[in-house]
Amino acid sequence: MYRAQTFDFKKNVQAALADRRLRRNLRAAMDILIDNRHKAFPDAAALERLRSRGHAIKQHALNRLPRLLEELEGRCRENGMQVHWAETAAEANDTVLSIVRAHAARFLVKGKSMVSEEIHLNAFLARHGIEAVETDLGEFIIQLCRETPSHIIVPAIHKNRQEVARILHQQIPDAPYTEDVEELTAIARHTLRRRFAEARVGISGVNMAVAETGTLVLVENEGNGRMCTSVPEVHIALMGIEKVIARLDDVPPLLRLLTGSATGQIITTYVNMITAPRRKGEKDGPREVHLILLDNRRSHILADPELRQILMCIRCGTCLNHCPVYTRIGGHAYGHVYPGPMGQVFTPLIEGVQETGELADASSLCGACEAVCPVKIPLPALLRRIRRERAQPHSAQGGGRLKNMAEAAVWKGWALANVFPVLNQAAVKAGAKTGRLPTVAGPLKQWTNVRTAPRFADRTLHAMLNATGDGDE
Amino acid sequence: MNDPSRRRILSRIRSSLKSVTPENPPSAPAPAPKRTPAARIKHLTQRMTAVHAEVHVVEKTHWTETFKALAAEKNWREIACGSGHPLIDELKMAWQTDANDLPVLTPCTAASAPFKARLFQVDAGITSTMGAVADTGALIVWPTPAEPRLLSLVPPVHVALLPAERIYNSLAEAMTEQKWKAGMPGNALLISGPSKTADIEFKLVYGVHGPRELMVLMLV
Repeated sequence: MYRAQTFDFKKNVQAALADRRLRRNLRAAMDILIDNRHKAFPDAAALERLRSRGHAIKQHALNRLPRLLEELEGRCRENGMQVHWAETAAEANDTVLSIVRAHAARFLVKGKSMVSEEIHLNAFLARHGIEAVETDLGEFIIQLCRETPSHIIVPAIHKNRQEVARILHQQIPDAPYTEDVEELTAIARHTLRRRFAEARVGISGVNMAVAETGTLVLVENEGNGRMCTSVPEVHIALMGIEKVIARLDDVPPLLRLLTGSATGQIITTYVNMITAPRRKGEKDGPREVHLILLDNRRSHILADPELRQILMCIRCGTCLNHCPVYTRIGGHAYGHVYPGPMGQVFTPLIEGVQETGELADASSLCGACEAVCPVKIPLPALLRRIRRERAQPHSAQGGGRLKNMAEAAVWKGWALANVFPVLNQAAVKAGAKTGRLPTVAGPLKQWTNVRTAPRFADRTLHAMLNATGDGDE
Repeated sequence: MNDPSRRRILSRIRSSLKSVTPENPPSAPAPAPKRTPAARIKHLTQRMTAVHAEVHVVEKTHWTETFKALAAEKNWREIACGSGHPLIDELKMAWQTDANDLPVLTPCTAASAPFKARLFQVDAGITSTMGAVADTGALIVWPTPAEPRLLSLVPPVHVALLPAERIYNSLAEAMTEQKWKAGMPGNALLISGPSKTADIEFKLVYGVHGPRELMVLMLV
């Protein structure tokens, strides 16, 4: 497992690329996710309209963020929820701990929440003697083998069934060894049902929060989210402040975009809309609902009109699935909670551009992420921006400093050759004669160390086109 | 609200956004295609059976008889239900007036804790619905004091009663027609099928934490 404390991105990437099993597991999974998404949006024009609407809804919400947060807070309080604000991860963790302690709970059940990963809640609670039991099947599996999610939607996607079989057999008392997926799931169901029935506190994330009604919307397939939010006496909901939306009318289009992009579903099994704790006369449901609004540098990101756009992200994970880098190295190599294109932008912005900005280098800027993003975040532009920020802090106009002399020399040569066509022709002809690139020193050496250097064609394209009469000379 | 974190977060956001002029809210979307009632039934059934729900179209007048037959077929011994909903009252009446050996019908009227434990024992839970959404294929379920939240979640089978005239074209339409904004319930649910997961090698498995089966009785 790769840990953020000893973060060596290049080494992680090399290790991941060399891991044939990981690459097989990933490729198979990503092909399915890509295909599912494609089928979920059969009408390209309709998808475009929906994406524009998603973009407009999220942009509008961000632009009115202070008012919407106040409205959400007011409505939630009217509805009987308790609302807490947390500037930092530490403050959010402390808030959770104080609620758990107030109820004398020794453990709690957790629905899948990326924000809880972001603040490293489980490790924090463990240090204070409280067990956080992950209940989403994928999260449950990776918690058993002490790993972290490798994907924000399908956290255990890097494991195949044999690996899962071993983990459950070794970590759960009396669990038989089986590679049957139904039986593996039944073992998890059996183990977790007892925990649900006994838990005093449940924790969940929030997919969107509706300001006008004070409603928390949670999307899931397994039912563990509903268990965590309706069996225990206390429900704690954790959300980043950017998840608020203005109106209930915004829910249907965002829901459609989220489930279609995330797993290729028209709708998930459950859409759980929570507006209040147990009301008078109700026989179940939590007696207390606590909403924790987490900032953790989001309010700083908002100050930059370009970078602000990352806060539109609805965490569907489709940019991961379509990224040629993510699909080859998987989530752990990124060494941080949010992998893939959205993570390569978001992580440096919350953890520091100098510390983690290197993440943005791992992109070919092919644009696949932007093309599929359900809320049209211009991810390649943001990746370039992170690169510029790292090379030359606070330069909004770009023109990042070049990293080394050799690279600078190559660009100079290129510029020179294009200003003086004679030089260019000479260089290209020299290449054609030898069949090799003129130089394999300097920056090209890095390239050719791991790849076969391309051979120049015998004749230039110009010469070939002139010969067929299609040229311009 | 003298919360320093709250004050600092909001003031930072305000200063971050000071140059932003909020534009008008996004315009309303084109309404979803309107289907005829028969087409809505067909589309909903198609969508829901595609995700493994079992849909039975039954006549309003004798749905309880159909349900008795289904319960016998499934070998259920105990079914949990709510109380106070007209359809559930109808069900109880049908049970009372039947001399045959039927599964036990357990209404959730007990105090909170024992009732919760009971739900973990029964074979099925039966609930009413607020309607359904045809285009995505989902039931609208609003738990109430009469029908607890866990009734549709904890038992291994969820039986849902859906009057066919309450099938809406879209979620947006259902929200408007049912005036959700004016009063959201404590918990509103959309349920499209049985609980499922694909977390291991994308192999679909039903009944991971919630019901293994979702049985919809569509009352026409």
